[in-house]
Amino acid sequence: MNLAAHAPILAIAVPLLGGFALPLWGKIHPSLRNLWLALVASLTAALTGFVAVQVLTTGVQVYTLGASSPGETLSPGGFPIRIVLTVDALSAFMGAIATLLAVVAFTYAWRYLEEEEGKTLALTLGTLLWAGMLGMAFTGDLFNLFVFFEVTSIAACGLIGYRTWTSRGPEAAFKTMVMYTVGGLFVLLAIALLYGEYGALNLAYLARLIQGTTVDRIALGLLLGGFLMKVGAVPLHMWAPDAYGEAPAQAVILLVANTQTSLYALFRILFTLYGGVADPAIGWLVVGLGMLTLVVAALMAVVQMDLGRLVAFGAVSQIGYMLLGVGVGLTVISSQPAFGLVAIQGGIFHMLNDAVAIGLLFLAVGAVEKATGNRDLGNLGGLGHDLGWTTGFFLVGSLALAGIPPLNGFASKLMIYESSFALSPILAALAILASILLLAVFVRAFQGAFLGPRLASPKPVPTAMLVAMGVLALGVLALGLFPELVVRHLVEPAAKALWEGREAYLRAVLGG
Amino acid sequence: MSVVVRTIARILAPVILVFGGYVILHGHLTPGGGFQGGAVAASAVALVLVAFGAPAVKRLKAPFSVLEDLGGVAFVVLGFLGLGFTFFANSLAGMGSLFGTPVPPGPNPGYLNTAGTLPLMNWAVGLKVIGGLGTVLVLFGLVGRDDDR
Repeated sequence: MNLAAHAPILAIAVPLLGGFALPLWGKIHPSLRNLWLALVASLTAALTGFVAVQVLTTGVQVYTLGASSPGETLSPGGFPIRIVLTVDALSAFMGAIATLLAVVAFTYAWRYLEEEEGKTLALTLGTLLWAGMLGMAFTGDLFNLFVFFEVTSIAACGLIGYRTWTSRGPEAAFKTMVMYTVGGLFVLLAIALLYGEYGALNLAYLARLIQGTTVDRIALGLLLGGFLMKVGAVPLHMWAPDAYGEAPAQAVILLVANTQTSLYALFRILFTLYGGVADPAIGWLVVGLGMLTLVVAALMAVVQMDLGRLVAFGAVSQIGYMLLGVGVGLTVISSQPAFGLVAIQGGIFHMLNDAVAIGLLFLAVGAVEKATGNRDLGNLGGLGHDLGWTTGFFLVGSLALAGIPPLNGFASKLMIYESSFALSPILAALAILASILLLAVFVRAFQGAFLGPRLASPKPVPTAMLVAMGVLALGVLALGLFPELVVRHLVEPAAKALWEGREAYLRAVLGG
Repeated sequence: MSVVVRTIARILAPVILVFGGYVILHGHLTPGGGFQGGAVAASAVALVLVAFGAPAVKRLKAPFSVLEDLGGVAFVVLGFLGLGFTFFANSLAGMGSLFGTPVPPGPNPGYLNTAGTLPLMNWAVGLKVIGGLGTVLVLFGLVGRDDDR
């Protein structure tokens, strides 16, 4: 048995098995459960890392479920009938982001969640969400994508409603569930249309067949709508601030990863599935939604008085930058491939930077809430006297998010500004304006919560939580100081996978 | 509930359970399978809950949740069994062991001892559905007011 060839499916199956077995260990003893989770998490992280290295060194990896060998993607008739996992550089990149945030989240949750609140269930749902995200990233089958989309939706809604003793937690969970379910139905309807037209569900096979007929366009609209609902782009963002605000902090960073996985799925649809019939008008649509998202969310962040919701609107606005970068790329890529590639790189690089920076901010907000039992900016103040590390982490995160050099947000935002400026200066101007707004928002929040006279005596923040935040803060610094290295070795292959690597993706599944 | 309902429930609940088990067991031969059979079997719990009230099913909560976890674990483990070929490959079919009788080509009356891992997966899914729906039903019973029960 060649374990290396099985790595893509094992990366999904191990957290799935781990998640199902977690409550059983929890019934015996909590420390056994923690041990099991540590084992499962490190194994999954190792597998995801291994898959990423394999993909970056040897190219696209395919895995056929249930066949007699992993590479047997086609049935004897030359038709891909089985479920196929197709992992290219972008999938591996997305898997790595999800894994980084999941490992940090579990480290943080170790001391953040209380045993009597139902910690076992939160850890179980977190593990299942992780498995679902890896599934969405690695799958090469449209229907399988929908299945994992639903797996992540259900796990995410469970986590959002974790604080059942509050009234706002379940309310946010219900709102999110409605949005996710409607989004899921959109995606399902689109899949039904495509299946009815072409009789296939395999992404690569469909990408070969797709004609750009009216039905295809309707399906594209439905897919866009469905995934944008889960991404939380304005005007479909109404669930995001509630969910990010009410979920426990370790779940919020998993939700951030989940949002980005949906964004990844959207890019996969736009470039790989519909790449053959790419239309600049769709690119402009994505650019428009991105602009709307980043401006509206930044404006909404200005008026927030709750620290959690404030950061949540910051998170929504960052989605706008990713959509802007990749949208510009989609608009120009068929006429100017080199320019398009830079724009896509900006968007993709910003996914990683945003995951690290906004994750850090959410964890810092969680630490403040844990220490003071309070998140209202009107009642917080002077936390810098007692929570030195948390103060530093919040500052690093907010400056990175606002795009201040030498932190990581600057590196990717500069790429996005440059490419959107070349398309239309107004886009770049608005994007910079939104960034300045965000800086103002975070300076106000920082000043309000951490500076000034001491208002309360907060409890100390547990070390495990500080370590989790420290990992992300180090990531912010490293990505900001060595962006060239990251772009060359991780982001560029991922961006190339979308356009130049499309043919390689199709060939890996279909041969020829 | 009245004595009529309780008597009928006492007779029907075991029959429903057996029918659920039949639908799961014959999932690879007849319409149905793990999910459908599990849902049928869980409806026996609903019947008991309605006829006898929440106290009758309250102590089933813990076993149901264990059953659900075990079903999930069993399903993934069955997937791992195929790793000699690929994940989820049917490594038991036609091997002569459990559910391993090879099926002769042509029409047949439906041989139960065939299909390899599929019947086992049906059982895993069935257990998970019984456990999951059962837990939901028991919780419904527990949150109601006392005079509803």
